[in-house]
Amino acid sequence: MTLPDEQTWLRPSPGLWRMRRAELVTVTVVLAAFFGLVFLAALGPAAGGISLAVVIVLGAGSSWFVRRRYRAWRYQERHEDLLVARGVMVRRLSVVPYGRMQFVEVTAGPVERLFHLSTVKLHTAAAASDARIPGLETPEAARLRDRLTELGESMAAGM
Amino acid sequence: MTDDRPVPALPHDGWRRLHPFSPVARIGRLVPALVFLFLVSTVHSKAENGRAETDYLIVITLVSAVYGYVHWMVTRWRFEGDTLRIETGLIRKDSRRLPLARIQAVDIVRPLLARMLGVSELRIRLAGSGSTDGKLAYLAEAEAAELRLVLLAGHHDTEAAVSSNTGLPMASVTTGRLLGSVLLSLVTIVLVGTVATLAVLDQFEPRTAAAAAGFLAVYMLSFAGVVWRRLSGQYGFIAVEGPEGVRISRGLLQTISETVPYGRIQAVRQVEPLLWRPFGWCRLEVDIAGATARNQRGEGTSVVRKALLPVGSQQDAWHLLARLLGGPDPVRTRPPWRARFKAPLSFHFLSAGHDGAHAVCVTGRLNRATTWVPLEKSQSIRRVQGPAQRPLGLATVHVDVAGKRARAEFRDREVQEADRLVEELSELSRLARLQHRPPPAASNGNGHGDVPPSGWYPDPSGRHERRYWHEGQWTEHVANGGRRSSEAVTTTS
Repeated sequence: MTLPDEQTWLRPSPGLWRMRRAELVTVTVVLAAFFGLVFLAALGPAAGGISLAVVIVLGAGSSWFVRRRYRAWRYQERHEDLLVARGVMVRRLSVVPYGRMQFVEVTAGPVERLFHLSTVKLHTAAAASDARIPGLETPEAARLRDRLTELGESMAAGM
Repeated sequence: MTDDRPVPALPHDGWRRLHPFSPVARIGRLVPALVFLFLVSTVHSKAENGRAETDYLIVITLVSAVYGYVHWMVTRWRFEGDTLRIETGLIRKDSRRLPLARIQAVDIVRPLLARMLGVSELRIRLAGSGSTDGKLAYLAEAEAAELRLVLLAGHHDTEAAVSSNTGLPMASVTTGRLLGSVLLSLVTIVLVGTVATLAVLDQFEPRTAAAAAGFLAVYMLSFAGVVWRRLSGQYGFIAVEGPEGVRISRGLLQTISETVPYGRIQAVRQVEPLLWRPFGWCRLEVDIAGATARNQRGEGTSVVRKALLPVGSQQDAWHLLARLLGGPDPVRTRPPWRARFKAPLSFHFLSAGHDGAHAVCVTGRLNRATTWVPLEKSQSIRRVQGPAQRPLGLATVHVDVAGKRARAEFRDREVQEADRLVEELSELSRLARLQHRPPPAASNGNGHGDVPPSGWYPDPSGRHERRYWHEGQWTEHVANGGRRSSEAVTTTS
């Protein structure tokens, strides 16, 4: 066995990037308005304009980082185990055998539901190994959940 | 315990009570708290009229005495066929049935007051659970010892039950070594250092010293408490090889005998603190899986850490390790030299290795910690590469086992090696999981080597009625009287 090549990896839906971008834009707009108004009132229009520009530049910078974070997520279903890779600064790769999965959890928060996305979480007996895959479109999340449950059962036992 | 009488048969049916001294022995547990409260209230009474507070103490004692007596009145136990039934509770009834076949360990605990009264507490642990499932507090000492033999005989054969009392001693700790090890611990050194500093300070600045002493008194008391607990808890430590696991007895005022079951060991840790190294001492800890908690929060399996050897020589440790791990120690290799830049303080200890059965790693800055993890217990394999590791071309590989703390870490290995390790370790873990499950074909007599069909078969470990066999391997699913539960396949040799 060797590490899988790039083609076989699956990735979260582009909806995850749209969701992250929308979150980022919202936060940037709110912060820009807040600081812009505060500095405008306190120090005048020049300070207000500068603080507005700084917040927008910071937002654009984070968007580059968030984009990379989004692109780093990938997962792969192999015969015996599931691989999940993530992270830009700290790169992580988890190998979770299907037989060790205790249960699979699908969650969708209010923002995720707006974008029709769900997060799939795998739980094992080890606290450190719990792997999650965010930003899956709801049918894909359901498919993955069913498949993982089925594989987990067939590897662990016919409960 | 040198009890070599023949194992008695199951005692007569009919309800039996606990020892009449039980309420007194139960109050004994409250004594330290009561003494503390009394001291506090007398100190206070100098300022105000402390009469009311002492009355309060008397009321507490009376209430707990009445409670203890009522508890004794309503608690009873008896054998029903091959189950032990314990009933207790006046308002909230609690009735437990402990099937003898599932009893994994029977521990005897004897607190100081109970020892003076000649009674002991019996704790019964079932297979597939890490905590105490049944408790009889208190029984007469002889009765407790006899009942323990009966209970163990219901699970193992008679011989095993007798031999579990007189098994091979594996390690023991002399009082001198225990004292030395506690004196050379960080807690003691902080304590002595603080007292010495205060004494010196007292020569020059008596007022500052008094203020500091008042401020530090609480901390020093709690530190002294830690030292005392270590001494009294590990006093007279003896580990004996039993059929189901290592049997440990220890304790000064309260004696405890407990069992570390072989099959539930998730990880073994050998710690060599800096101050102990000149003497070649080390301590051994084991992580043991408890009940498989499939709860909503997903906390996972509860894992208990136990001292397998509070202090011992390298030889003692090797002796125990050889029995627990079985087989040679995997060869360890060191990370590349450039890892020194990433881990300057721990590089001197870092090393790791694995074979088909175990992964072993050494970490630590001042205290050297060696961790062994059986690959068949691995829950997941992870590769992590942090920002400091990337420019150096290093990565860390973790082998996670159940619980929050235990894992083997192949720290700061070369990237290619890390990639290879991830694949190798997950493949070896898979094989190890398969290997440790003997086929039931041997027992059903056709002996033709063809794999039997999936289904429920008698549990080879004998602790449960049935265990699920699926596509050539045993699973952790077991059934007792139609009730399903989980217990990992054990590897007792």
